[in-house]
Amino acid sequence: MRISAVVLIASLVAAACGGTTVSGKLTLFLAASLTDSFNALSAEFTKQNPGLTVTPNYAGSGALVTQIVSGADADIFASADEANMQKLVDAKLNGSDPKVFANNRLQIAVQAGNPKKITQLADLARSDVIVVIGAPSVPIGTYAQQAFDKAGIKVTPKSLETDVKQVVAKVALGEADAGIVYSTDVKAGGAKIQGVDIPDPLNVIAKYPIALVKGTKNEMAAKAFIDFVVSARGREILSSFGFILP
Amino acid sequence: MRRARPDAATAVLVTLAIGGAAFFVLPLFALIVRAPWSTAIGELSAPGVAGALRLSLVCSIAAAALSALLGVPLAWVYARVPFPGKTVVRALTTLPMVLPPVVGGIALLVAFGRRGVFGEALDAVGVRLPFTTAAVIVAETFVAMPFLVISVEAAFRSMDRRYEDAARTLGASRGHVLRTVTLPLVAPALGAGLVLAWARALGEFGATITFAGNFPGTTQTMPLAAYLALETNIDTAVLLGLALLAVSLVVLIALRDRFLSLA
Repeated sequence: MRISAVVLIASLVAAACGGTTVSGKLTLFLAASLTDSFNALSAEFTKQNPGLTVTPNYAGSGALVTQIVSGADADIFASADEANMQKLVDAKLNGSDPKVFANNRLQIAVQAGNPKKITQLADLARSDVIVVIGAPSVPIGTYAQQAFDKAGIKVTPKSLETDVKQVVAKVALGEADAGIVYSTDVKAGGAKIQGVDIPDPLNVIAKYPIALVKGTKNEMAAKAFIDFVVSARGREILSSFGFILP
Repeated sequence: MRRARPDAATAVLVTLAIGGAAFFVLPLFALIVRAPWSTAIGELSAPGVAGALRLSLVCSIAAAALSALLGVPLAWVYARVPFPGKTVVRALTTLPMVLPPVVGGIALLVAFGRRGVFGEALDAVGVRLPFTTAAVIVAETFVAMPFLVISVEAAFRSMDRRYEDAARTLGASRGHVLRTVTLPLVAPALGAGLVLAWARALGEFGATITFAGNFPGTTQTMPLAAYLALETNIDTAVLLGLALLAVSLVVLIALRDRFLSLA
């Protein structure tokens, strides 16, 4: 029943596109926190378009936009914040208006079993808790600082990591006791970590905009991919990875 | 025709050599061209920069010293003491020269990290490496020491052992021979090895960011600062790169005549 619904939607999408499929190559520059969800989105999109090869490049949003501005060949850019997308727009390198396709919440990542009994943001200010967050240049670092400010606490992190997946890794390895990450990363992080919720008034909602990169060599496929991300099926996939839909 | 031949060969060699030199000079030239000189002083006097430079110098010098302390005896054993499995041990200790530094960092983390294979024992006695300046030195030594070992080992192998034999025959003790004959003979190679190890340590990125993390003042060395600056402001990244370049160039030129040419 579920499968037939997917097939139905897929064929409707195909029909909406005039029944044609896209082909060629697509290079996606994607925020590190999109790793698992966009691997799934790409897999399904290439299944619908067998002639298409999708190459995702996951890194911190800041590094990605710098690479694009310096001339990297990207077809699509998706950022974990609006500030880095704005840098693309400021450089006049966006090929379409940025569209927010997903939202994310922050969570405290701790080791499985929560050995340090961390229940709230204020615990991260404890001297016996080793905290790791993102660098100020990556969205998750800025968001983490905003959350600390909202909670009115002063946290001294031991390391400022280059992207959110590095924060997850340091907690999963047991080097850090806690890190501020997106809730989707906790979900994708496996059995070694678990999440501690941050209540709404202290939380920060991350907005994920996506846009074509100007000068894309495969505009048709790039447009079709973005359409797929914001389609009903795309939203279903994103939601299954824990994203909040706009 | 016969006379023209060596000229043609020379021309080809010189052309390729110019290409080879240009390959290194052009990117460095581009750094200088792109550097925002008008704002350079402001950018470079930003709080984090001096700290990163100081940390880079302290850690790379410490790593070179540690490499000499452990590496010279290791090179001596490789050159002089036969033991079973030497080929394998030697290969393992020179592996960091070809290993991606990030892999080295992961290996250090799973060995000496807080939950690492040996790290738990260290933690029990209160030694915690990750996220400390000591971890930076460990990571840099890990990637830099093989360069020193290889340089010094070659010198131990190629030196004329008759000098040592003569000194021994004349009644000098082993320690005395080591101090007055052997070490002076390998000194040029040790100097070259120290410079190579130091330079490698100064540029270390992958093992450091993986094992030691990134925090201004404790573990953020110049390469890390430059990489992170790239995510926000490419001008700062270019300037940090130039500053590191200038320091390395001055040291390499100053030391070149003393050590490198003798090796």
